[in-house]
Amino acid sequence: MSSKMNNYVRKNLPAGLSKWGFILLGVGLVMAVIAYNNNPLRASFASLIGFMFLLSIGLGSLFLVALEYLAGATWSVPFIRIAEILSTLVIIAPILAIPVLLNMHDMYEWTNKAVVDASHALTQKKAYLDINFFYIRFVSIISLLGLFYYIFTKNSLKQDITGDQKLTTFNVKLSALFMPVFAIGLSLLAIDFMMSLEPKWFSTIYGVYYFAGSFWVAIALITLFAVNFNEKGLLGTGINKDHYYSLGALMFAFTAFWTYIAFSQFMLIWYANLPEETFWFIPRMTGGWGVISIGLIVTHFVVPFFMLIQRPSKTNPSRLKLVATMVLAFHIYDLYWLIYPTYSRIQSVKQNDASLISSPFFGWIEISYIILALGILLTVFSFVGKGKNLIPIGDPKLKRAMDFHL
Amino acid sequence: MDKKLYSVAATFGNADDIILATGKIASAGYTNYDVNTPYPIHGMDDAMRLKPSKIGYFTITFGLTGTALILWLMYWVTTTDYPQVIGGKPFFALPAFIPITFEATVLLAAVGSALSLFIYFFKFPNNSHPLHDTEYMKSCSSDKYGIYVEAKDPLFDEVRIKALMHECGAENVYDVNYEEDFLTAKFEIFDKKFIGALIVLAIIVSASTYLHLNKLLYMTPFNWMMDQPKVSAQQKSTFFADGFGMRTPVEGTVARGNMPYAYKGQPDEAGKYLTNPLQNNDKNLALGKAKFLTFCSPCHGNTGMGDSRLNGQFPNGPTLHSDKVTNWPDGNLYHVITEGQNVMPGYFRQVTKDERWAIVLYLRTLQRALNAKEGDLK
Repeated sequence: MSSKMNNYVRKNLPAGLSKWGFILLGVGLVMAVIAYNNNPLRASFASLIGFMFLLSIGLGSLFLVALEYLAGATWSVPFIRIAEILSTLVIIAPILAIPVLLNMHDMYEWTNKAVVDASHALTQKKAYLDINFFYIRFVSIISLLGLFYYIFTKNSLKQDITGDQKLTTFNVKLSALFMPVFAIGLSLLAIDFMMSLEPKWFSTIYGVYYFAGSFWVAIALITLFAVNFNEKGLLGTGINKDHYYSLGALMFAFTAFWTYIAFSQFMLIWYANLPEETFWFIPRMTGGWGVISIGLIVTHFVVPFFMLIQRPSKTNPSRLKLVATMVLAFHIYDLYWLIYPTYSRIQSVKQNDASLISSPFFGWIEISYIILALGILLTVFSFVGKGKNLIPIGDPKLKRAMDFHL
Repeated sequence: MDKKLYSVAATFGNADDIILATGKIASAGYTNYDVNTPYPIHGMDDAMRLKPSKIGYFTITFGLTGTALILWLMYWVTTTDYPQVIGGKPFFALPAFIPITFEATVLLAAVGSALSLFIYFFKFPNNSHPLHDTEYMKSCSSDKYGIYVEAKDPLFDEVRIKALMHECGAENVYDVNYEEDFLTAKFEIFDKKFIGALIVLAIIVSASTYLHLNKLLYMTPFNWMMDQPKVSAQQKSTFFADGFGMRTPVEGTVARGNMPYAYKGQPDEAGKYLTNPLQNNDKNLALGKAKFLTFCSPCHGNTGMGDSRLNGQFPNGPTLHSDKVTNWPDGNLYHVITEGQNVMPGYFRQVTKDERWAIVLYLRTLQRALNAKEGDLK
């Protein structure tokens, strides 16, 4: 039975999207290549930020797609196509992992046999922290998630034409299968690429921490696109205040969720005060990194929390766009806070200066990879989204979704 | 008694009609009207052109008050009233207090919102309203959707409103009246019946709780502190083969801080070979003074003159300013404090090594004070 929405007129994506995408991509690429020639190690760390940033958007969006099927949600249907387009980043993001993989030996000390043999803790982790196993995990997780992405979006696009409800039924079953793969895959990617920068350190909540940030930034980006597109009339008959409210509320909820997870991780380690755990936090709590950590609390929690706490602010499009843009920046800030202290440590060992361990490095090299990541993001969106319906017109839930009221 | 018109009310059969009627009333410019429905209706806020509720301001005020109060309480308790080192953390250990701060914020915000809802928005303890006990309200609380416009509205016009209601498809239109003295009537919150009911309820709850906990379900008192799985004094150990709970040190070892005294029974040798390892400074003197006043002064007196308050009740402690004591070397004094002499017991159990030397320092200062030299005044 077909329940296709026939009054939807497909419009082109705003021209500025691909234009800005190309500009940022071009500028970012040139700067990134210069940066890499200038300082390959630092450029690789910067590239790791870009990689984890794009990956988190892709993973968060893919999670929203699967969650909608699994929960039978209706409210998110009008902008699920945006999430589907964004989840392409799961397979695109690994481009930025190339510099990381090229410089693994300098970035990850567990790749150094002498260091591993000298440490009992690292010898015990040898079976997991192994270069070949690392590659196997990386390739298999990305290809598995990519496969899910491919099937989800293929069925959804097919439904636009046929309006076949069985495709939704199939995707619901698939999403149940997807969830455990996603949970394990995301945790392992976060552990492999970020937590193993300090291989002696461990935190069992690390995967959840990365997930909280990922879903937060994905929701923010989807909000940004949905509000912009809706204002330009690209989302069919348009979404209403209750959709805005739900997006804002979800963003608000994940602001609190991230804070909860981040604080849980910190408080347990702080309370137990075990040297094998606290050494990760101590450099982050002293000197320049201490200021950055306070800034993380302010930016990642206080600012978005109080900007979204009022009921009217969740339905105010300009407020939503502002917060969503800030969330993008703050998520990059969070990744910088997670990744860069290791670079400071490496520098302090190299230059034999203990004070460097608590001094942050930030400059044009980091900025160039952030520009590159944003360029990839916009280019991928305009490229993948080109010629597609921006709302899933064949989805059986669409009519209810457009009339959604809280 | 005179009856006055309070409002014109109308009931409708379905939710769409009431939204339509509300929209018309609102757009006609009426302000003193309200809607009564059996359940919340989506879109009613917009139809009534309601502004966002003010309850949020109460919530944030109470919430932040909770944050401030609990932080102040924890700060005061842990740093001022009862400072205690817990787990090697600072007295005011903020990370440990965050969960409590969060709980207190939520608690005060929730309770404060509920209370302000009653007191500010519902005008508690006023519990009376002209709409109570009317036919209109009865049907609204079962299956009808009602709207009423008060007579005090500046645009109030009974005929016009009734026409409007009928036009929108009202099922029933009522006149709601109230008695003249209704507005001036006092409604007692401490009504005798109400207070009586509270008292009876309290008695029933306490009596049944008492019966339940003490007669039906007798629970042993909490005594886990008494029954600890450890060997008490004079108890036979089941763990060690020889049955002794206390163990002797491993042969050839010395417990930390329990270096054996080398000059047992040899006061002269002690005087000859031992020197005071402590520096003569304010810190050590303060320590010596504290220990002297605690352990020595009961017999030797506060200044060591042998004039203590226990004189005559015990063997009198001799003066410490005699030539004999003054001319003793430090080691000799240390020896006497450690091992005792005549009826004086040894104090090595109560007073540590450094504290004993500090007492020697302090005693020398007391002696010097009685035989001050010209140069000491400088």
